[in-house]
Amino acid sequence: MDQQIWTYIFVTLTFGLYIGIAIWSRAGSTDDFYVAGHDVHPTVNGMATAADWMSAASFLSMAGLIAFLGYGGSVYLMGWTGGYVLLALLLAPFLREFGKFTVPDFVGDRYYSGFARVVAVICALFVSFTYIAGQMKGVGVAFSGFLGIPANLGIAIGMVVVFFYAVLGGMKGITYTQVAQYCVLIFAYTVPAIFISITITGNPVPQLGFISNAAGTDVSMLDKLNTVVRDLGFTEYTSSTKAKIDVFCITAALMFGTAGLPHVIIRFFTVKSAQAARVSAGWALVFIALLYTTAPAVGAFARMNFIDTVNEATYIADSEDYDARAAEIAADGGKPVPVWYKDWEKTGLLSYDDHNGDGVMQYRGPAAPDGLANEVVPNRDIFVLANPQIAKLPGWVIGLVVAGGLAAALSTAAGLLMVISSAISHDLCRRTFFPNMNDKTELRVARISAAGAVLAAGLLGIFAGQLGFVAQVVAFAFGLAAASLFPVIFLGIFWKRMNREGAIAAMLTGLVTTFAYIYYFKFGGGNPANYLWNVSPEGIGFVFMWLAMAVGIAVALMTPAPPQEVQDLVEDIRIPGSRRAHGMADGGMAPAE
Amino acid sequence: MSDDMTADPKGYWKATIRLTLTLLLIWFLVSYGAGILFREFLDQFKIGGAPLGFWFSQNGAIYVFVILIFVYCRQMTRLEKKYGIKG
Repeated sequence: MDQQIWTYIFVTLTFGLYIGIAIWSRAGSTDDFYVAGHDVHPTVNGMATAADWMSAASFLSMAGLIAFLGYGGSVYLMGWTGGYVLLALLLAPFLREFGKFTVPDFVGDRYYSGFARVVAVICALFVSFTYIAGQMKGVGVAFSGFLGIPANLGIAIGMVVVFFYAVLGGMKGITYTQVAQYCVLIFAYTVPAIFISITITGNPVPQLGFISNAAGTDVSMLDKLNTVVRDLGFTEYTSSTKAKIDVFCITAALMFGTAGLPHVIIRFFTVKSAQAARVSAGWALVFIALLYTTAPAVGAFARMNFIDTVNEATYIADSEDYDARAAEIAADGGKPVPVWYKDWEKTGLLSYDDHNGDGVMQYRGPAAPDGLANEVVPNRDIFVLANPQIAKLPGWVIGLVVAGGLAAALSTAAGLLMVISSAISHDLCRRTFFPNMNDKTELRVARISAAGAVLAAGLLGIFAGQLGFVAQVVAFAFGLAAASLFPVIFLGIFWKRMNREGAIAAMLTGLVTTFAYIYYFKFGGGNPANYLWNVSPEGIGFVFMWLAMAVGIAVALMTPAPPQEVQDLVEDIRIPGSRRAHGMADGGMAPAE
Repeated sequence: MSDDMTADPKGYWKATIRLTLTLLLIWFLVSYGAGILFREFLDQFKIGGAPLGFWFSQNGAIYVFVILIFVYCRQMTRLEKKYGIKG
């Protein structure tokens, strides 16, 4: 059967499933809508968190990034998993014990300040909107690349689906669709990886294939890859030329950023207790690790495959009859350009420019020993997308990968929408402007703001696609989460003396410095030679996180200690099961016991 | 906890901090240590066919992260029992 028909079948089936779950799990109260009634099983929440966390970038781009960067790709692998250790040990159980709905809720109550709450809302909205633009764009790319539907229509279809489960079901609907989406995406990721691992190393487990010998030889796969890329003039696969301090800071900014991302934190509000939150973080990382330990294997295999099949292949133009010409080239002892290359060339993800006019495709690094110029430029997303074909898997696997990519993008988008709508309906409307609003009205406002957020996200996806700035702003999301949200949440739990003045100073310091640094070097024409201590914008959030903490602590020590009620509240959230209501510190909205 | 005379929240919190610091030290050593700072040194050893430092940065650190969280869960449950925290 045609591969596009398979893709239609998989996408329709999975979308139908998501909508079905949405209707089955409608939310009846704000508790259901914001935190799924605090009643999600830890393992189920772990799986939902994994889907929430793994975005279109993790699914489509990460393995390709690693394939090109080799060791340099490790920052993403360690950064996007190590943050869960921080979450489990430093934040999740305590925030669950605190027992509210949102991250700005914690900041506002812990620091007894509407202003602090609003600053936290701004941080949360900024982080979430930058992130969601990338997801919507990913949805558009998947639709246009595989189903022949214009990208903007694709985004609109994605919006309708997300609208169903986010607006109807809130966190409850999102949780159960995310579980389904995790299953789809992990299956779609590992099936091609297993087959490629067998082809290249003979070992069916990609994680083991990664450290095995190349099939039929006694040379390890990675040693072989090192030799191959070095001979083509690239840096060795297992090393990097990047400054050590920059690698360190980028990894750290991604870790602390992960721990401070509101859409990840709120997932831990949906379980029953602090203990359940800890276990749930463990399960989340197990489910994430399944993909994250497979990705480096996929990256290495893909790089090897790409060089094997494309480098020194004789190009066949679109105007020629592929089969006849390929047979002719093979008869001459040459290597014809592979079929998968020709298929993907149409999408613009691969390009070939015959610099030396010999009709043969030379793939070279910047320091090629034979002095030839590079002629082939692959897009990093190609490796995951083309993997099934490179490994000669049947057409339905490709349909599966598309459905997996859409699952990854939609599940993350839904989590982000939740942060955006709750920040508006709960933190701005209920807690800041209309404190007398009742639960029913708040639920209606929450639904309306979720609908508005879906619309805004879709528009952002459409326009961000045209601006092409998505990759640049991801540095913003992690940097700001690390430098502005993480310090105040962390100090709010572990340092009782931290007060309103300190928190506001810390958040503003982190926000302003990180924003200015990233803006200057990414958009303002800053020269990388002027980086502070050689730290690139991707890693600067980690440096300014310490600055924010230092400023926050200094200001807190110069201003009065927080009220006794607030200090009692902090004592309570440290000890599971001892949470009592604290009148003023809870703003009259203590969690119901 | 007021109904439990043996509850010791102060001791519990102290023990929690100690446990957290120990686990974070390991967290730091396997990722920033083995995967970044001492990578070149570790790369002279091999695990299967992969240089050890490189392997830690792409696979090993992640396995240890998972183990760390589950160890934390188990130890915290023990601490809660020991210090009479109802959890």
